[in-house]
Amino acid sequence: MKRFLSIPYIVWMAIFVVAPIILVVVYALTSGSGSFTFENFAHMENFLSVFIRSMIMALIATAICILIGYPLAYALACEGPRLQKIFIMLIMLPMWMNFLLRTYAWMSILENTGLINSLLSALGLPTVNMINTQGAVVLGMVYNYLPFMVLPIYSVMVRIEPSVVEAAQDLGANSFKVFLRIIFPLSLPGVLSGITMVFVPSVSTFIISRLLGGGKSLLLGDLIEMQFLGSAYNPHLGSAISLIMMVIIIACMMVMNRFGEGEERAVML
Amino acid sequence: MKSVGKHRGAGRLLTGLVFLFLYLPIIVLVIFSFNSSKSRKVWSGFTFEWYKELFSDQMILNSFYITILVAVLAAVIATIAGTFAAIGFFNMKKRPRGILLAINNLPVINADIITGVSMMLLFVSARSLFRFDLGFGTLLIAHITFNIPYVILSVMPKLYQLDNNLFEAAQDLGASWFQAFSKVILPEIRPGIINGLLIAFTMSLDDFVISYFTAGSQIQTLSMTIYSMARKRISPEINALSTILFGTVLILLLVVNIREIRQEKKLKKSSGKLLNPLD
Repeated sequence: MKRFLSIPYIVWMAIFVVAPIILVVVYALTSGSGSFTFENFAHMENFLSVFIRSMIMALIATAICILIGYPLAYALACEGPRLQKIFIMLIMLPMWMNFLLRTYAWMSILENTGLINSLLSALGLPTVNMINTQGAVVLGMVYNYLPFMVLPIYSVMVRIEPSVVEAAQDLGANSFKVFLRIIFPLSLPGVLSGITMVFVPSVSTFIISRLLGGGKSLLLGDLIEMQFLGSAYNPHLGSAISLIMMVIIIACMMVMNRFGEGEERAVML
Repeated sequence: MKSVGKHRGAGRLLTGLVFLFLYLPIIVLVIFSFNSSKSRKVWSGFTFEWYKELFSDQMILNSFYITILVAVLAAVIATIAGTFAAIGFFNMKKRPRGILLAINNLPVINADIITGVSMMLLFVSARSLFRFDLGFGTLLIAHITFNIPYVILSVMPKLYQLDNNLFEAAQDLGASWFQAFSKVILPEIRPGIINGLLIAFTMSLDDFVISYFTAGSQIQTLSMTIYSMARKRISPEINALSTILFGTVLILLLVVNIREIRQEKKLKKSSGKLLNPLD
């Protein structure tokens, strides 16, 4: 009988989760007058460069997050319990400051007359143009989503039984081998979870590219936003682009789930 | 986990550098909330001016009020609905439960922008049918919808840990269905519920993208106000407000942690358990 407790939420999901996604599909396959058409997908090659640019920038940001986040998570997991607690708190604390504002603060740091360049010229060094470049956008992605890489990796690492590591050492494995054969395979679900949690928001962002990229390098998120609330109002085309993005993301995740065997949801929270 | 001694120094160095990276923009924001000119790059002197002006700026205060109101309402409603839904899911057969949990995860996995535009399409399509306008109502519905999955994801594991016989034992001992639920089940899963509430509240507070697409043009959350300002110039009043919020959270976390450390000392028991507030 307790089963029926979920019925209100099932109805809610049908209306506010499933129906909207069906609407995206319907909009993508109809024209402004409401008739069925593939027209919205016909000129998708115009946006190919945006798709590729978004994917590459999100992949670079994800790779940098792994390169920084993995050793960091490992270092944190090696600390004593009290320090671990403080460090984890310090990683989550910035999330309490509005993320638009934190991204905006990077503008003051990176601008041509900003803090870094003022420092450089004070030292007599030539200034560097950083703002409104693709590098600045990637930096913004890494800055905003790095905690989402560190936390899931850290949470699987602290769950690794010390006895497993000790057993490997007793059996003659050196520290490199222990890492390669024990710690790395056991931490993989955390890495996979981190990859999704960094890649998905990076590939779909429109704020970071607008604030730090100066709207120069259009990303998928910008493209979709423009079709719904921006200058190029066309929800049908916007839906078509959203649909393709959704399919790409789901396909990537299915491939990754094959490696992670569905464990990643467990480490997300 | 134990590490080999020589790596510890390198680990600390990396940790330090990452923290510098994470906190650099925040330090800049806090410092420039006390800057006497409107510049966000050149320091011209110390002032509390922006803190004073903040409390007379209706637009910022209003959007802050809406942000808090939506976050509190959405988190509370989502926590109640999500807890009941999780109990319902838990008592289902494996197959339908798997399908429903997969749908439940959609808003978590999906990019925010897709959740946002898809709900916007729904609201815009239903608008003429039911004669309403995008505004506080649609904003609240959107926030509840993306909060419930997080509540379910944090309550579910607690239900799995529960002893199956507990509920029946309570009923055998004469408890009514409601008593068995509120006196036996609820206390057992309470950590999961509180955790879910905290995650939901944080998610709502921090959301920009979904609010941006579902709030319409009449009302603004704090993030939306900041976004509309960011196109021109963000008023230092916003820096002041963020500094206050950040300071409040920092103090709260410190108080909670100092209390925990004291209790731990009292118990003279140290455990390697992860004790962060969201876990």
